[in-house]
Amino acid sequence: MSFKIASSPHQHNQRSTAQIMRLVTLACLPGIILQAVMFGYGVIIQLALAIITAWCSEALILRLRNKPVLARLKDNSALLTAVLLAIAIPPYAPWWLIVIGTAFAIIMVKQLYGGLGNNIFNPAMAAYVLLLVSFPLQMTQWLPPLSLQSISLTPLDAVCSIFSQFSCSGFSLSQLQSGIDGISMATPLDTLRTDLNRGLTLDESWQRPVFFAFAGTGWLWLNLAYLAGGLLLIQQKIISWRIPVAVLGSLFVLAAVSSLASSDTFAGPLFHLFSGGTMLAAFFIATDPVSASTTDKGRLYYGALIGMLVFLIRNFGGYPDAYAFAILLANMTVPLIDYYTRPRTYGHRARSELK
Amino acid sequence: MPSLFQQIQAGKVWDFHGGIHPPTRKQQSSQKPIAVMPLPDRLYIPLRQHIGVAGVLLVRTGDRVLKGQPLTAADNSMAVPVHAPTSGIVVNIAPHTSPHPSAMPELTLTLEPDGQDEWRIREPLNFATCDNLTLLNRIQESGIAGMGGAGFPTHLKVGMTQPVDYLIINAVECEPYISADDLLMQEAATTIVKGIDILCRLLAPKAVLIGIEDDKPIATAAMMAACNQREHYYVRSVPSKYPSGGEKQLIQLLTNKEVPNGRRPVDIGIVMQNVGTAFAVAQAVLDDHPLISRIVTVTGDTLNQPQNMLALLGTPVSALLDACGFQPEAQQRVIMGGPMMGFTLPDLSVPVVKTTNCILAPTATELPAANNEIECIRCSSCADACPASLLPQQLLWYSKAKDSTKLQEYNLADCIECGACAYVCPSEIPLVQYYRVAKAEIREQQHEALKAEQAKARFEARNARLEQEKQQRAERNQQLAATRKQQQQASGADSTVADALARIKAKQAQSLSTEPSDKMQVQAQRELKKQQARAYQQDKADASQTIAPAADNADNSSPAVNSKAASVAAALARAKAKKAAQANTGISTDIITDTAVEVTENSVALAVTTSPATPVTSADTIAPDPRKAAVAAALARAKARQQQQVQTPTEPAQANNNNAAINTVTEPDPRKAAIAAAIARAKAKKQADSENS
Ligand code: SF4
Ligand code: SF4
Repeated sequence: MSFKIASSPHQHNQRSTAQIMRLVTLACLPGIILQAVMFGYGVIIQLALAIITAWCSEALILRLRNKPVLARLKDNSALLTAVLLAIAIPPYAPWWLIVIGTAFAIIMVKQLYGGLGNNIFNPAMAAYVLLLVSFPLQMTQWLPPLSLQSISLTPLDAVCSIFSQFSCSGFSLSQLQSGIDGISMATPLDTLRTDLNRGLTLDESWQRPVFFAFAGTGWLWLNLAYLAGGLLLIQQKIISWRIPVAVLGSLFVLAAVSSLASSDTFAGPLFHLFSGGTMLAAFFIATDPVSASTTDKGRLYYGALIGMLVFLIRNFGGYPDAYAFAILLANMTVPLIDYYTRPRTYGHRARSELK
Repeated sequence: MPSLFQQIQAGKVWDFHGGIHPPTRKQQSSQKPIAVMPLPDRLYIPLRQHIGVAGVLLVRTGDRVLKGQPLTAADNSMAVPVHAPTSGIVVNIAPHTSPHPSAMPELTLTLEPDGQDEWRIREPLNFATCDNLTLLNRIQESGIAGMGGAGFPTHLKVGMTQPVDYLIINAVECEPYISADDLLMQEAATTIVKGIDILCRLLAPKAVLIGIEDDKPIATAAMMAACNQREHYYVRSVPSKYPSGGEKQLIQLLTNKEVPNGRRPVDIGIVMQNVGTAFAVAQAVLDDHPLISRIVTVTGDTLNQPQNMLALLGTPVSALLDACGFQPEAQQRVIMGGPMMGFTLPDLSVPVVKTTNCILAPTATELPAANNEIECIRCSSCADACPASLLPQQLLWYSKAKDSTKLQEYNLADCIECGACAYVCPSEIPLVQYYRVAKAEIREQQHEALKAEQAKARFEARNARLEQEKQQRAERNQQLAATRKQQQQASGADSTVADALARIKAKQAQSLSTEPSDKMQVQAQRELKKQQARAYQQDKADASQTIAPAADNADNSSPAVNSKAASVAAALARAKAKKAAQANTGISTDIITDTAVEVTENSVALAVTTSPATPVTSADTIAPDPRKAAVAAALARAKARQQQQVQTPTEPAQANNNNAAINTVTEPDPRKAAIAAAIARAKAKKQADSENS
């Protein structure tokens, strides 16, 4: 009889890459559901479009590269990229936006760099930035939360407006964007920056209905949902606590210091933490293992860098939200960070002692 | 801040980076007492079962051996013998599949037990009265090598002269499934402690730390009870975490120290021994029971009766498995060692050896084989798990790229191949396998580099030598030409032997004294010539009467008749003389190997000359024997070259080269030296005779 020869170790942990990706996707669910409930069903359609596009593009490239298609699709990494992009873009954006974005993410950013594990940039974020730069209008047309909308939307309206840019009853997106008070409403971050640019003080801007408690109406809950999902991931040891803590920590500190220095022109730390895509970025996107730093110390630097960039771009840059740029910029520094934060190997002296 | 020792005394246990918590699955075997394996039909005893070299074989095929009789003898410190595990007949001594990951055949002795289990005479030592050397010898002669896995000879580890602060007894047994040490402690704690006493005598440590994982409460209690009379023995529970039983990790756990890179634990005052080794030491010293059996955990879901077995070394794995009700599946894996670091066996005739702690025969569902390798997602779980604080994903990347410089920069050499990284890797990448390949490649590269360097050094040395030989020849020719010219000016084309000799003298005078004026030189030469002519005639007259060796005489007389031969002889003699002069005056700065050889020969000849010999006579003694000298020189050169090639692995300084050549050539050539000496003596005698007369 023949005996099987194998190399040690012969025992393995049961959690595979596919499971990890799936768990991360699942952890997005609370956020997705909340978004659908509060911002309309557009996000569901975007998700469907994104996932289909991602799978098709991945399969196509894998075929061209002569790799086993089904086996690789099962690793769920394309799924995760699609989900992250779909929840990051405005829910009523035209259908081709997400299709172009997802195809770009999978084909150019991921597969052309060598496929899973070899991409330098986070595919979802690279695609997001591409779309933002190429189609700035469509990418910033966030509708206000349903509670603030002057015209109520049905699920069918979502389909209509995504595929035709008009709701079934014939309203255009910009018409839909206007709130109950008749004034067009952007996201809280957007509103705040426009107001500040117009010379209003923070307190004056704060009177607008898009704001609620210490953050934006709807957005606060969305961020809380992603925070919950993220904490679950940490608890499940799927992501390390270092990156999210560093991202949120540096953002918090910078926002706190600046708002203390000038409370009329800088929003407070809590507003920053619970606005826009902060929690989504901190827990789900910055922690993408492939494009993030891999050393313990490096992850802290990497996270802190992202937090800092988010703060800078939000306050001084030209775009309302900033996490996509911040993450891409931080991605570029990863090889450097990793190299200089190598841990001290057992029995070796620390590099600082060597000098 | 309490001192380290105080903290240790207070029971503090530290932690190490990383580590994993695989399911231990030890209950399968740890709940039953140790069973005794019945005598198998055949025992296969590899002659080398440890790290080091095999001893010298003491028995032949067909011999009957008694239980405990040494089969090999240790002829050096890296060897430990193997013993007959029972009485029986040696039926074969031939290569047999080795219990090693490579499964390379190793010389193995096959013993057919006769069933009588008859012991040799045993001589237990009295521990209280015997000295350390006797103890160390007994440990070596009993064939004891580390039983935890590495198999390092124990006598070397405990015979070190460096001071030892802590003796750590490794009873952690962190690999899943294995419970051999656990059971040994449960059943033989007192013997183990006696063994520790012996190790303490040899090492004189400040404290003994016994590390046991906290999932072995019975063993811990047994060891504590056995140690309770001994003040400085501390039993410490360490958290069950793999690989806390790794040498470096256990040191970190128990003393918070790290073994510096490239050093050994003893360099920081720590020696570690396995519990099994301590037990074997006690048996060897107190019972004269050499290492011929050990406890093996035989486990896995394909066995009806997983349990610990006391098996004789050499018992084939198949016999052990069968004794436990083995029911193999298709594509069965049989692992020697634990699931983390063990290796699969190609066939089951592989025997149990000193380092075999476990035989694992799992089902495919129990330990599913990892074969869905996908790309690394840089999740860093591996780095979090690595007990050596390495970055396995970077190592993987550079292993695949075969970038040995980067691999060294990322300290691949510090990887202990524990497998923690591969265990946690979600992409199921067999990381350790990549590292093994990379390590082997680096070793190969280093080996190649060394070989290339040696070859280069040899080539360069040879080139340098050839070049110098060429120069030397050119110089010699030039000098010969010059001398000859001078000679012609001085005395025309006279070609008698006397003349030739005179020329030598002239040259010698030249090289010894400061340049005399031409006229004086000519006069001196004439004077010398006359003297020499007289001397030579005298020689010739004596030649028929002396009892000097005929050959020499023939050599002496033939040049006289043959003028052509004479000139050749003269030329050679001149060269000799010059060299002799150089040797005498100490002008030997740029002598190459060959010259050095000849010079040495000359000086040997000189040294043996007993008469009041002047440089003139020494020149004489060699001059008439040019052919032999030339042959001797040629031989010496050849020898020197050979010697040089063999002996100079790295590029040596030219001076060293010369020295080496001198040493090695003069020594192995006593006959030539003797002949030269004889000639010299004869000549000197003649000279003396002629001067007397
Ligand atoms: S096998 Fe090597 S790299 Fe992997 S965890 Fe163990 S020491 Fe670290
Ligand atoms: S655990 Fe595996 S997938 Fe994760 S970084 Fe290490 S090698 Fe890559």
